[in-house]
Amino acid sequence: MNNLQVPAWGIWVMLAGLMVFIVLLVVYFKRNHGLKRPIFASPYTLWMVVFTIVPCLLIGYYAFTDINGAFTLDNFKNFWDSNYDMNKELIAMGFNPADMGFSRGTVNVDTLVYSLWMAFLCTVICLILGYPAAHIMADREFKLGPTLVILFVIPMWMNFLLRTIAWMSLLEDNGLINSLLEWLGFGKVQLMYNSGAVLLGMVYNYLPFMVFPIYNVLNKMDYKLSEAAMDLGCDKWKTFYKVTLPLSLPGVVSGITMVFMPAVTTFFIPRMLGGGNTEMFGDLIERTFLTANNWNVGSALSMIMMVLILLSLGLLRKVDPEGEGGSMI
Amino acid sequence: MKKLSLVLALVLALSACVFPASAEEVVNIYNWYDYMDESIFEDFYKETGIKVNCMYFTTNEDMMVQVRVSPGAYDVVFPSEYCVERMINEGLLAEINMDNVPNAKNISSWLMNPDYDPENKYSIPFMWGTVGILYDTTKVDEPVDSWGILWDEKYANNIFMLDSIRDTMGLTLKYLGYSMNTRDPLQLKEATDKLVEQKPLVKAYQVDETKDKMVNGEAALAVVWSGDALYAMDLNENLAYSVPNEGSNVWVDAVVIPATAKNKENAEKFIDFLCRPDIAQRNCEYIWYSSPNAAAIELMGEDYTENLAINPTQDIIDRCEWFQDIPENYMTVYNALWSQVKNAK
Repeated sequence: MNNLQVPAWGIWVMLAGLMVFIVLLVVYFKRNHGLKRPIFASPYTLWMVVFTIVPCLLIGYYAFTDINGAFTLDNFKNFWDSNYDMNKELIAMGFNPADMGFSRGTVNVDTLVYSLWMAFLCTVICLILGYPAAHIMADREFKLGPTLVILFVIPMWMNFLLRTIAWMSLLEDNGLINSLLEWLGFGKVQLMYNSGAVLLGMVYNYLPFMVFPIYNVLNKMDYKLSEAAMDLGCDKWKTFYKVTLPLSLPGVVSGITMVFMPAVTTFFIPRMLGGGNTEMFGDLIERTFLTANNWNVGSALSMIMMVLILLSLGLLRKVDPEGEGGSMI
Repeated sequence: MKKLSLVLALVLALSACVFPASAEEVVNIYNWYDYMDESIFEDFYKETGIKVNCMYFTTNEDMMVQVRVSPGAYDVVFPSEYCVERMINEGLLAEINMDNVPNAKNISSWLMNPDYDPENKYSIPFMWGTVGILYDTTKVDEPVDSWGILWDEKYANNIFMLDSIRDTMGLTLKYLGYSMNTRDPLQLKEATDKLVEQKPLVKAYQVDETKDKMVNGEAALAVVWSGDALYAMDLNENLAYSVPNEGSNVWVDAVVIPATAKNKENAEKFIDFLCRPDIAQRNCEYIWYSSPNAAAIELMGEDYTENLAINPTQDIIDRCEWFQDIPENYMTVYNALWSQVKNAK
């Protein structure tokens, strides 16, 4: 108990909360003699309010205030001009930033564009790799399909940090792949510390998010439809692009969103596999919060990110109103 | 009803753990992970009857937050020097009654009365070290005596830099002949341009990964803290460590007592215990950082004194600087400049 980081009263409060909840449940059962929905939704509602809505409001608050809590739009100006705060401080110190060679800083905007580009590449590669994989896995004739599904799921049980670190020991200059190349008589290749390695890490981590929504839709599809198409004279390819492909589109859209969203906000992978040579937007937000200790600008950057994600979610709703594709994850 | 009584029993059992019923003398210490030979707690208990409760932190910033939000929770804390300065300014620290810490006389005189705590009213050094270059002797033939080697194109793509603003900007400022604590934006700008110029040669900016990668021979040169260097050199005999002639940073982790400490006298007894030569020796030999304790160094003999990485010459030390805490407005400048370095193409 020496390392207990929770104060003693915290334990009591938690226990009291638990007791109240149990008593409420018992009372509710006695009165209604059966299961009713709202009370069972209440823990989740509470969870949502405390851990989703409140943090979002806090981010909004920090994004629009300065360090003293007064309203300001400066944090967003800092997104557009990463030197904004610095130049303001320099002027306050009596320097002229323009004389020193400081103009508008493009770091934040450039990083966002770079992240969007990397996420785009990652999504395209995941789609190219993921669609055929999902198609094969959902094929009724293919007996190994369920095994493949399990093989895709198992790595996801492991923490993604560990999986990324494992890639490091494969890709390093003296890592497994290069040792093998050397043993075979080829020269060493630098595989790590560049954008390619970052992209590889991203594709590896996010591929299941593309495969499963597509697999889910294909698996539920009525196979009699393609049989009918064949009966009516379509060959395999025509059946695919007249019947299977259009029916699987909700899964594809869902997969694209589920890969693109986490890909844009990627952090840690650029630092591990890219050697920290180029940051992605997630790294930038992390550094602004933790190293620069600037919660206001950090929140503004997060808000810009959230708006982008909301926009893409809105797009998804238009194409896949039932949310079919995402039901598996 | 059965279930309810079960819950009640559980509550009672838990409360027994949370509130131990004894009035034993204790001292609550808050330390870095793996930063002390914990077998000394046993000896301390035998000698004084005071039980040591140990809690851990991983960064100075975490520690400061905890000390602020849980008054009374800690009696002895181990912040780095710039944090000592900040904690003094925030009124978080209690003055140590030196009459209760006679063993403080063992601390090397050059480490006493430092800039961060001019009269050692609040802190006593616990461990110290330097920032320098760890290099692979199979890849580097020439002597490593200047930061300039990090700008040598011979080592393109063979250099690890520290992903840490103060350290990396600081060594560049030193290379340019300025102070690590400079407040001149023009000098900071010059250092930034120098780092941007170096960027194509750098393989990676990292912190914790460097030591293991150097052991594996992933790069020729790496900027590291002396503790990490000793760890790596222990595992790979081709590695060597050097503090460049331009000078570098000397850092200190100190022992302090929070203003809210509940067991201040026990804390002073424990700090005195840490300053005792035999105990300081055990701690030093356990974590293998540089010891501030002159009497302990005497006990350790040549193993310690002959090792230049752990025991740099006075000449090197004289060229090094402490980090001073940097005010908020300069940190804004530092962060914006570092952002430019990290994202330069």
